[in-house]
Amino acid sequence: MNGLIVVSPVFVPLLFAGAVMVGFRRLRVQQAFGVAGAVLGLGAAITLAALVWRTGPQSMHAGAWPAPIAISLVADTFSALMVLLSSIVGAAVAVYATSEVDEGRRSMGFYALLLVLLAGVNGAFLTADLFNLYVCFEVMLMASFVLLVLGGDRCQMEGGLKYVTLNLFSSALFLAAVGIVAGSAHSLNLGELSVRMPAIAAERPELVAALAGLFLVAFGLKAALFPLHFWLPASYHTPPASVSAVFAGLLTKVGVYALIRVFSLLFAGLAAVLDFMLVVAALTMVIGVIGAVAQFNIRRILSFHIVSQIGYIVVGLGLVGAGDPAARRLALTAAVFYIAHHILVKTNLFLVGGVIGAMRGSEDLGRLGGLKRSAPWLAVLFLVPAASLAGIPPLSGFWAKLGIIAAAVDAGAWLVLAAALGAGLLTLLSMVKIWNEAFWKDDPTPVSEDRGRRPTAAMVAPMVVLALLTVAIGLAPQALFDVADRAAVELLEPDAYLAALGVAGGTP
Amino acid sequence: MTVLLAAVVGVLYTFGIYLMLRRNVVRLVFGLVLLGHAANLLIFTAGGLVRGRPPIVAVGELAPPPGTADPLPQALVLTAIVIGFAVVSFAAVLVHRVIDETGTDDVDEMRATE
Repeated sequence: MNGLIVVSPVFVPLLFAGAVMVGFRRLRVQQAFGVAGAVLGLGAAITLAALVWRTGPQSMHAGAWPAPIAISLVADTFSALMVLLSSIVGAAVAVYATSEVDEGRRSMGFYALLLVLLAGVNGAFLTADLFNLYVCFEVMLMASFVLLVLGGDRCQMEGGLKYVTLNLFSSALFLAAVGIVAGSAHSLNLGELSVRMPAIAAERPELVAALAGLFLVAFGLKAALFPLHFWLPASYHTPPASVSAVFAGLLTKVGVYALIRVFSLLFAGLAAVLDFMLVVAALTMVIGVIGAVAQFNIRRILSFHIVSQIGYIVVGLGLVGAGDPAARRLALTAAVFYIAHHILVKTNLFLVGGVIGAMRGSEDLGRLGGLKRSAPWLAVLFLVPAASLAGIPPLSGFWAKLGIIAAAVDAGAWLVLAAALGAGLLTLLSMVKIWNEAFWKDDPTPVSEDRGRRPTAAMVAPMVVLALLTVAIGLAPQALFDVADRAAVELLEPDAYLAALGVAGGTP
Repeated sequence: MTVLLAAVVGVLYTFGIYLMLRRNVVRLVFGLVLLGHAANLLIFTAGGLVRGRPPIVAVGELAPPPGTADPLPQALVLTAIVIGFAVVSFAAVLVHRVIDETGTDDVDEMRATE
């Protein structure tokens, strides 16, 4: 029974994706199944999260084979939290898309693709098998490829080509790394690998260092780490806002999740690689935010901020290489907290950007203005996630940044601390820029009121829910901090994870 | 044999990356195809080459005799080939549509999103 609960966040969206395809060309049927699938998927994720929180890591071994032989799914606190967040984003976007995505795209299978994407993302979060992780990546990528180019505008095609090429290149590297792992350790089970890796590292350090490098580049490309980030701002603003919102919330975070999972289980002993990651992450924070300063399209600004925010999260992982156990625990806790905050806030900002685009027919800051007067409620809905992203108390971003900064202080990483503070300031600058240009200044073209559509309740409700979640985390950060702390402890001492996989003993 | 295959893998990676660095988008797809092949051969070679000893479990035994080929990398290659086929089909159609839409096959001229 518990096994069924573990697999349900993957299975429910897939099942409903099939149901959507049965109703192909019939818009209402597709929409009903699509929204139902995303909402039921959220139900499955909540059930799983509650189960894991009460009773510890859960597992599912496919085909009822004994544990290390079967392909396993394991939900520990980190996995369950990620599945919960992705399902929240999925449900929010499914509802939002009923009004935002045009009818042509929706009737051509938008919902089926969205659900397959969610299944792939959840599968990547839950799998405990390296090759299965590759397969889930591919499922997610194929769905994202089609979602990105669905509709076929020129911009979408060009952005799609860049996105597809870089992601396929990263997949090829990942696959090669998986092959070398299989050849040298004779297993792909993450639990078995974490037990065997120290021995292999002692015997052949150059092989393990090369593997860590391959994984770092493969996942770093997907997570958009500097200097592998350039594909993201070239593609994320081209599809409808619903699509870029789900991409912004989830896809890079799958790369970050894979980095955290694989490096904490397989390469925790490689301090040099983690130090290198810290440098890369600090540069990512700064370069991303500087890129945003030069932009004038709302969703392009937000895309550059994704890059910068990924830097903050990976700083948390990089700090695991330095310092005493307490500092490592704080660093990973801060990273997990940051991911949770980031997914909710970033998705919400893209949804707001989509509403602005729908109302005014443009997302170019030069052509926008006067929204404070014509849509004061939208100004509030923008201000909450924007202030949270910039780290203004008492919203979730303040606590997330505080965690990272505290971890940097504990580890004595002063340059990283300076980078984090500087990037935070520039984030505020970008958010103020959007506020001033789109909301505060007078509308440059007075007749613009009639240019676009009025947002419907289906578009506003998801934004309100996500904004309330941000405020709730900001007012009661201890609850999420406890969850993140438990996730960090399980990542640093993976005994419970190994036990759920049926692998005896931790690292000797 | 391992050395020969390692050299082949190296050559495939070289040509794959060379083709991906060209400006023509059709060559880009060919580059991706070669990268996929290189990765598959790499998995096969890294798994250890064993001639003529299939991993068959005899009746009454629980495991194949020691020294047989590892079936895991071969299963991986099979799956990866299937996924690679789907991905390359998609990439081919995408490139076709990109050329239709932009009227060029030169990536340097695709700057509408920059």
